Amino acid sequence: MSLLSVEGLGISFGGLVAVDNVGFSVEAGQVFSIIGPNGAGKTTLFNLVTGIYKPLRGRVTMGGDDVTGLAPHLLAKRGMSRTFQNLQIFFRMTALENVMVGRHMAERSSLLADLLGLPAAGRQTRATRETALALLERVGLSDVAETTAGGLSYGVLKRLEIARALAAQPKVLLLDEPAAGCNAVETEAIDHLIGEIAKSGVAVVLIEHDMKLVMKISDRVLVLAQGRHLAEGPPREVRDNPAVIAAYLGDHGTREADRAHG
Amino acid sequence: MAAKLLNSRLATLVLLAAIIAIVPLLAPSAFYLRVAAVVWVFALAALGLTILMGYAGQVSLGHAGFLGIGGYAVAIGPAQFGLHPALCLVIGAVLAGLLAYLVGRPILKLKGYYLAIATLGFGVILALIFHSESQWTGGPDGMQVARVTLFGWRLSGAANWYWVTGGALMIGAWIALNVGASPTGRALKALHDSEVAAAGSGIDVSAKKLAAFVIGAIYAAVAGGLLAAMNGLITPDAAGFMHSIELVAMVIIGGLGSVFGAVVGAAFLVVLPQALTFMHDYEQAVLGFLIMAFMIFLPAGIVPTLRKWLLERLS
Repeated sequence: MSLLSVEGLGISFGGLVAVDNVGFSVEAGQVFSIIGPNGAGKTTLFNLVTGIYKPLRGRVTMGGDDVTGLAPHLLAKRGMSRTFQNLQIFFRMTALENVMVGRHMAERSSLLADLLGLPAAGRQTRATRETALALLERVGLSDVAETTAGGLSYGVLKRLEIARALAAQPKVLLLDEPAAGCNAVETEAIDHLIGEIAKSGVAVVLIEHDMKLVMKISDRVLVLAQGRHLAEGPPREVRDNPAVIAAYLGDHGTREADRAHG
Repeated sequence: MAAKLLNSRLATLVLLAAIIAIVPLLAPSAFYLRVAAVVWVFALAALGLTILMGYAGQVSLGHAGFLGIGGYAVAIGPAQFGLHPALCLVIGAVLAGLLAYLVGRPILKLKGYYLAIATLGFGVILALIFHSESQWTGGPDGMQVARVTLFGWRLSGAANWYWVTGGALMIGAWIALNVGASPTGRALKALHDSEVAAAGSGIDVSAKKLAAFVIGAIYAAVAGGLLAAMNGLITPDAAGFMHSIELVAMVIIGGLGSVFGAVVGAAFLVVLPQALTFMHDYEQAVLGFLIMAFMIFLPAGIVPTLRKWLLERLS
């Protein structure tokens, strides 16, 4: 049974069909990439899967359970975490506190304990802090732990989001352009990190424009175009698919070239 | 080290306790103690908004309505039902919390300006009820509040109320600081910055907002009860729109999200009008001008600006 499975998912905004009848499934330990030209509906698909939009059609299941249209915090409780294309960082909190928030679901302290500052609340905060520090270390950000997130660079924040998502110990991790705006060194680090995450048994779903990265780390690739399923398969196969090349580069060139040669 | 000290919960509490202990030594007359007691009460109400607005980022422009509920509970309970004022203080807090829970569920779905307007409407309705239900509330003139006796000891005089309100403020500050450093506090601060990301981390955003709203309402109700009992009088004005705005202004001037800031903001807005009375007709204008000046030059609020300045000096 697939860890995450999507069938016939669709949504329209006004008259525009943004995502139409898209399906895929991801297994534990797999890196599954979604690519496609700008406006193909990749992020909308993520928003449908993670409960930010309610799908009009189709089903999302996790480990066989129907989770279609569940609120984001309930999906999180079932083991789904994500990062965002346009950073969603807690800018007023420190890097460490950002990751500590990611541990929210693992925290066991009652509102009363929190109000009265009972030892349970303090113990919980210390435990959360330890775990969060270890996660910052893992993504290579321990040196900025106490820095307010608002003062950190874009590439660092991208990794911070991944650390926060990992803090929830997800079974399914959706990464929306984790390497966008990162330099070569940072991309390399993220590439390595994604590989490690998948190896630990997490199902990783990745939206990414950096084709070198996608081809290198993906087990399977889904190509979307205009909200529809265009192609799916191993990276090599998808790369050589004429329909995919046409969607990215357009096919008018080929016709013109044919005419010129003709 | 210095940074740790400035940020620690204990330091804030010790500083606050020291101020509460020192003011009576410096106060030349009972009048000053009385003003200080009013500051402590409004600081307590403002602390509720520190949790709601400062931590969770949810604006309430009707918060004085809850202040009124606490005040009228302490007035109506003993007068109509012969209940002990201390019990009525608790009843008022529970009622305010319940009402906040019921009203908060639909209201907190709104965001930004819409939430502000909805809470404003809620506050106006409460003030209207206090105004018009005169068989219960005494109408526009308000009603007398019976003198409080605790364990056979008659609670009256500026000095006694000074210590009662100071003690209540200490407890309120302690709770607000606890929340700030707890999992709940982190969840509130997180949804302040990004609701999507908070929900994605498994935080039930509406439940947390509602909790902050209820806590804020209870703070205001307790403050309102103390204020009414101390003054021996409660009027619908206490629950009015101007008081709601004042509470918001206290939190912002002192420093949004800072516990000590709520106290400084309350002191600013309670003491300054008293200090400016010698200006007669120009009092309100000067007050308005000073508020503007503080916001322009210390946009982060008095306490956070001072803290930053101190930290830079020390390092």
